[in-house]
Amino acid sequence: MTAQQPPDGAAPAVPGPVAGATPAVEMRGINVSFGGVRAVSDVSVDVRPGEVIGLVGGNGAGKSTLMRALSGAHPADTGEILMNGQPVKISNPRDAKNLGIETIYQTLALADNIAAPGNLFLGRELLTRMRTLDDSAMEDATRKIMGRLNPNFTRFAIPVMFLSGGQRQAVAIARAVHFNAKVVVMDEPTAALGPAETAQVRNLIRQLKGEGIGIFLVSHDIHDVFDLADRISVMYHGRLVGTVNKTEVTTDEVLGMIILGKPLEKLSAAEVEALH
Amino acid sequence: MSDTATTSEAPAAPARGAGVRVGLGWVMDRVRETEIDLRLFGMVIALAVILVGIELADNKPFLQPVNLLNLAVQAAPVAIIACGMVLVIVTRQIDISVGSVVGVVSMTIAILFFRVFPGTIGVDSPFGWAIALAAGLGVGALIGALNGYLIAYVGIPSFIVTLGGLAAWRGLVFIIAGGSTIAPDDKFFVLLFAGGPLGSIGGIASWVVAALAVVAVGVGLINSRRQRRRFGFPLRPRWAEVAIVAASAIFAIGFVAFVFNAYKWPQGLVDNKLAQDPTFVVPPGGVESGIPNPILLMIGVMLVVTFMARRLRFGRAIYAIGGNPDAAELAGINTRWTVMKTFILLGLLCGIAGAIASARLNGASLDIGQGYELLVIAAAVIGGTSFAGGIGTVPGAILGALVMQALSYGMSYLGYSTPYQNIVFGIVLISIVGFDSWNRRRAR
Repeated sequence: MTAQQPPDGAAPAVPGPVAGATPAVEMRGINVSFGGVRAVSDVSVDVRPGEVIGLVGGNGAGKSTLMRALSGAHPADTGEILMNGQPVKISNPRDAKNLGIETIYQTLALADNIAAPGNLFLGRELLTRMRTLDDSAMEDATRKIMGRLNPNFTRFAIPVMFLSGGQRQAVAIARAVHFNAKVVVMDEPTAALGPAETAQVRNLIRQLKGEGIGIFLVSHDIHDVFDLADRISVMYHGRLVGTVNKTEVTTDEVLGMIILGKPLEKLSAAEVEALH
Repeated sequence: MSDTATTSEAPAAPARGAGVRVGLGWVMDRVRETEIDLRLFGMVIALAVILVGIELADNKPFLQPVNLLNLAVQAAPVAIIACGMVLVIVTRQIDISVGSVVGVVSMTIAILFFRVFPGTIGVDSPFGWAIALAAGLGVGALIGALNGYLIAYVGIPSFIVTLGGLAAWRGLVFIIAGGSTIAPDDKFFVLLFAGGPLGSIGGIASWVVAALAVVAVGVGLINSRRQRRRFGFPLRPRWAEVAIVAASAIFAIGFVAFVFNAYKWPQGLVDNKLAQDPTFVVPPGGVESGIPNPILLMIGVMLVVTFMARRLRFGRAIYAIGGNPDAAELAGINTRWTVMKTFILLGLLCGIAGAIASARLNGASLDIGQGYELLVIAAAVIGGTSFAGGIGTVPGAILGALVMQALSYGMSYLGYSTPYQNIVFGIVLISIVGFDSWNRRRAR
């Protein structure tokens, strides 16, 4: 895939989401509290197959917490999650994975002392007929998928603690896309990466989108989001400010929503101007 | 297999042709190609250096079968528990109650033989040993399960749970024993677990064990080669595989010929046997004792626990938890149950060790197993286990236990008293762990 990489920033022609299709995932009225603090309050978002939803907001806006409810890392207190219109129950990470929801965490969630194949199949190891670990088969699968994501990657036998940031990221991404995900959650996937690796991740997102996978992209980087997302959901202090179509807003307007916490229609031109 | 031999040896040829540079670097490169664990390799060498050093330190002959056998048998209980301790420390937990658990197990066994069996199944019941062993293993596993539950599900820190256990289980030993040593154990039980010439498997069986070991190494290598070829991975050089099989054969044959079978029954024992069984034929060289049962048990435990750690999902989960507990949880691993299982396994191994300890003492004293916790933890740590979690090997812990036992056995052989042994032990422990952390920092 790297051979036909378009120059960064120029979005290739990727089939867009099917308008009006049933969302791959719909989260309705989600509430999450830590102790007495409401981290997420009555938030509803959805993603359709082949669509990228940019989830933006300031620090502590509740973006990661909302996504942790979807990935089962910290289940929601109340609210509904639907996949293809059917209600589902996600009470732990295994539930989410079984439903085809894969997550790339900001921390990557890799076991540093284990090599790439072990991390890729962590919790879902391939077994031989004797019920022992099939390390060769896991390494083979890892070689194949890494050949697609990062062809220069050759260090399959050493613990991932010895890998560079980009290589570690590639392992985490490989884990998310290997298991035929329907929805992928990416929490700040490019935060720790250099320019070349960032471009690689962007291309990967477009590729996944082209394969009909729904993507929640959590990011601080408004330009990243504008480049990749179809719709943008803005959060502010645990609430959803609003969801807008990328083509109908300017970056300044989205920045206004993020900083002031006001929906688009209540945002005055003067307020947007004042942000500069 | 000849097809791969040519391809895999081809790259090595120019290097050999180039020639005369057969320095330490060249040797290290070849050692690396065999893909053996360098740290373990280093420990085997360290153990050999200690043994030879003791031999050379004095003109008393030390490297004799009887000394090596005693040393290994004495190390067996600690080494067996250390196999489980490695896994517990790898998951970032600790267990300092193992000595007291061994006490409870040994005391349970002794009390069954001394107080319970005489009035029930009879003193010489052929099932006595099995019932006692099962009870010992059961008690060990139960205590392990209780520890594991309190730590993994209730969430009490393992140091606290097992510090409490260290005190409480020892208290229980005093109470169930009524404050005095309980002895003796059943004769057959002692025979089975104490080691000694009669508690060994004999000359022929020892050769069979050695042969099986070499065959197992060979089959393992062929299997892994087949796996690698199936997926077209780079193969280990053919010479390296031959070298590994040859080395293990030399090792196995050497140990059986010069240690296990070189130890012959003492004359008194032979006379006893002849008195009981006049048809008994004494071979010309004397009766070969063979591998003592506790050593065989130790090797067996090492193989089984290594298999669990490296080839099962359970083991993979243990190392993942140690490397990054959050990642393990997010990957869908049942981390609590995994931690609880490692404590159950450790308790079970305390059961085996308690059986050996009780048999060697022919009963149970109030302080049986006391101090084991520190020896076991030291063995694991000397064997390369890191308190930071995620790093540690089972064979390393066995070697760690043997290194410690060799030091203390050798020093007392040379006439140094316990205080001197303790000082040397402390220095060795700190030096090895210091070297490890330096080495790991450098590798990063």
